[in-house]
Amino acid sequence: MSYRIAQIRLVNSHPEVYDPCDDSFALVDALLADRTNLLEHRPIFCLEIGCGSGYVITSLALLLGGDVCGSYFIATDINPHALDVTSDTLKAHGVHAELVNTDVAAGLEGRLMGLVDVMVVNPPYVPTPEEEVGCDGITSAWAGGENGRSVIDKILPIADRLLSDKGWLYMVTLTANDPSDICLQMKKKGYAARIVLQRSTEEESLHVIKFWRDPNSKLEANEAKVLNHGTAIGSFISQFSQVSLWKS
Amino acid sequence: MRLLTHNMLSSNIKGVTNGFPLRIEVEKVVEKSVDFNPDFLKNMFAKIEYKALVEASRIMGYAELPDHAEPSMLESDDFLRKFHHALMELHLEEGTLVCPETGRRFPVNKGVPNMLLHEDEV
Repeated sequence: MSYRIAQIRLVNSHPEVYDPCDDSFALVDALLADRTNLLEHRPIFCLEIGCGSGYVITSLALLLGGDVCGSYFIATDINPHALDVTSDTLKAHGVHAELVNTDVAAGLEGRLMGLVDVMVVNPPYVPTPEEEVGCDGITSAWAGGENGRSVIDKILPIADRLLSDKGWLYMVTLTANDPSDICLQMKKKGYAARIVLQRSTEEESLHVIKFWRDPNSKLEANEAKVLNHGTAIGSFISQFSQVSLWKS
Repeated sequence: MRLLTHNMLSSNIKGVTNGFPLRIEVEKVVEKSVDFNPDFLKNMFAKIEYKALVEASRIMGYAELPDHAEPSMLESDDFLRKFHHALMELHLEEGTLVCPETGRRFPVNKGVPNMLLHEDEV
């Protein structure tokens, strides 16, 4: 059975905006794979950081049933052209999201703190020279600095502040980003993690990771830190069946 | 931009301690019909700053919301409909959001607020 997601022919484009690509498809496929859980989750505030063409936020709104489902969709992008394109893409599919032109979630962090039930991020993860991070236009869509981690590492603490007690974060990562380390950083903040989708393309190996708050995670991460013992962290990482692929 | 979104925005310029609520300057308001969802509204009531919503809705030309509200009023269909209209159906299409502390202006164009800060504001 197939569900309604954004259709590529209805996704608008612009020379300065990142078109939906393998990473966008991976994120939407991960949301589709987790659709039953998402519907049961009944999220109120849903937030996408870096909406680009609008393919992902449109698909999320369609998956959850749009405004009538009782969810409120907000999407941000640092690139103003991206918000124009996202606005068109949303309209073409008959769904609505509120759009904010900002860096990650600046301006929303104060009031939206602890309210976000679902957060989706396809960050700029491509390893690049640091000075390319946050450049104008389409470069901001992919330039991720050293190991592609600059923007990811900026987003993680913001996600932690914004997510509600029951909040979920879905994030796309590349092997070069060291996803096991990202999971460890989030574990220290008290999050458990699961790989929702793993996909290798000709160019890259992508993981979509889902994070949620889990009191035991912080405890275990602290114990691991105190012990400073490789196996403690190793046992955490080994919960991911695909871990060997991260190193390939 | 809906007033629910306005209710979730604040000025986060470096050094600003009270950046909420952003004062609205209206150039153009549009009204868009949205499905009425009482459960959503009841959920939202606890999450918003009601006083900021009342002020914002009046600036946008809608004066029907009472000055004060309490949870018991959520049982009233009349109140819920007004709350719904103010929160969900009034859009600031063109205008400005002004930081209450510094007067810094954040433009709103085509319904999208620009909250990007300059380098010396971060």
